[in-house]
Amino acid sequence: MDGVTRASGGPRRPRPEPTSGAGRPGGAARPARSRGRGRARAHGRSLAGWAALAPAGLWLGAFFVVPVALVAQYSFATRDLGIARVVLPWTLDAYRLAVDPAVLPIFWRTAAYSLSATLACLVIGLPLAWFVARHAGRWRLVLLGAVLVPFWASHLARIYAWKALLAEDGPVNRVLGLVGLDRPGGLLLTDVAVVVGLTYGYLPFMVLPLYVVCRRFDPRLLEASQDLGHGRLGTFVRVVLPGLAPGVVAGSLLVLVPSVGDFVTPALLGGVNQLTFGSVIDDQFRGGNNWPLGSALAVLLLAAVAVLWVARGRRAREVL
Amino acid sequence: MTVEHAGRGRRAARGRRPWVLLAAVVGAYAFLYAPILWLALLSFNDSRSVSTFTGFSLRWYAELLTDGQVLDALWLTVRLAASTAVVAAVLGTLAAWALRRPFRGRGLWSTVLAMPLVVPEVVLGVSLLAFCVKLAGIPLGFGALLAAHVTFSLSFVVIVVRARLAGLDPRLEEAAADLGAGPLTRWRTVTLPVLWPAIGAGAAFAFVLSFDDVVTSSYLSGVGGTPLPVLVYGQASRRGVSPEIVALSTSMVVLSTVLLVLAVLVVARRARHLDR
Repeated sequence: MDGVTRASGGPRRPRPEPTSGAGRPGGAARPARSRGRGRARAHGRSLAGWAALAPAGLWLGAFFVVPVALVAQYSFATRDLGIARVVLPWTLDAYRLAVDPAVLPIFWRTAAYSLSATLACLVIGLPLAWFVARHAGRWRLVLLGAVLVPFWASHLARIYAWKALLAEDGPVNRVLGLVGLDRPGGLLLTDVAVVVGLTYGYLPFMVLPLYVVCRRFDPRLLEASQDLGHGRLGTFVRVVLPGLAPGVVAGSLLVLVPSVGDFVTPALLGGVNQLTFGSVIDDQFRGGNNWPLGSALAVLLLAAVAVLWVARGRRAREVL
Repeated sequence: MTVEHAGRGRRAARGRRPWVLLAAVVGAYAFLYAPILWLALLSFNDSRSVSTFTGFSLRWYAELLTDGQVLDALWLTVRLAASTAVVAAVLGTLAAWALRRPFRGRGLWSTVLAMPLVVPEVVLGVSLLAFCVKLAGIPLGFGALLAAHVTFSLSFVVIVVRARLAGLDPRLEEAAADLGAGPLTRWRTVTLPVLWPAIGAGAAFAFVLSFDDVVTSSYLSGVGGTPLPVLVYGQASRRGVSPEIVALSTSMVVLSTVLLVLAVLVVARRARHLDR
């Protein structure tokens, strides 16, 4: 985390301009005397650059691009109940099944879960990141680390802790009982439980990008805004939020995407009838049930993610 | 102490203490730590129950240390997480370093390297399952798991190391070159010392992601190659998480807290050293 801190630290330091190579020492604009040596060095650099990219590129090509392409291909194949799983001929049957109206409630439920969890992460994470980045002084790294410590406990154990906390005789329901808001059966197996579990599971993915942009934020903008007559709310909406937007977008993507695909949390906290998009895909592959349908759903999910990715805007690219 | 520091940092906002902010932060940490404290309490519980505390005992820690199945899975998980951390750190650092200067296709490379971050795990899992079983003939187990875990943790290393590189003055490397340092010497004496904290953070991230992964791993674990989270998930759906796992989780949190405190002490000490 130290890397993130230092690199983004010093909000006033001009960041190196990423687009222009000229004008920098060692770039194109060198004195003529050393141009030959500079070019040779640049050539060596680009070779070294390709050599450095090759291992990661090959790894992702073999274990990411090719597998995803394979699934995209399977989404047009025909289901086979035997060992082959998928056979020719190519059809669009899987997609016809995937956009069946029966799937719509599952789609809406998944969207509601993951959007609520993203919003909850934002509401919890923004004050947290702002405080740690701007008010924690030399305790900054400790407090940032303290956000990550709970995530060394097993994900499943944490979900089970929430199960116990939200159960009928658990602490949460008892506290709610004091103000008359308790409900029989506790909050377990409700939509609230699923959203709480997802929020808890992905909170650090929101906090870290927010922390980066909060560190960068120039505090003089706050003073300027107040001097120019904005109230606290006006300052927050017109100055702070736009300044933090790249982190908000990056963090939201990092929470939204995994929570759409997560089928473990809804299965454990939401009870039996809480199918989500992720669990439907899982079902199609797990029993060898219907690989083409699962593939088609996966491709649709990827397409949705790709739309979000492209729509995230240029400024968010600084963070993600 | 946080209040005191908060107070000091508020000069910009004209001396107002951020009570509302502070309350929100305390609430956030309470949300983060409530389940963890509950787990810690339960790990010393005498009974199997996860909702009532009947008495203090260390029996689950003792059973954890004697449960062969859990220990085997734990050992596999640790080896897997360590290998993932090392491979991802090496590949990610090299890639991040290559991306530090603009060149044709840098945008594309950045996108490709960040892609695994935004692909849902279930999609990655089923894709790799199909790939291993149908196309590449890779047996499910350690190798397949390593391929998957490096894939989804690589991006984190790249992001953290790139952030650090962005803060590295390119003139340092140029100066070293002008003073006659070859590429390898430049790496060893200029680039790497600056990058170590970021590489360490990225590797730690990769370790945790791998150590805790359920979804992707559940497709790729094979006979004799089942990581602990997958084993736990298989049991959990039938009879809940066993108290041994709760004990293990508590140990992990304690261990990570100790590591965090140690890291902070080292950083603080080095800072004091530099001040002198």
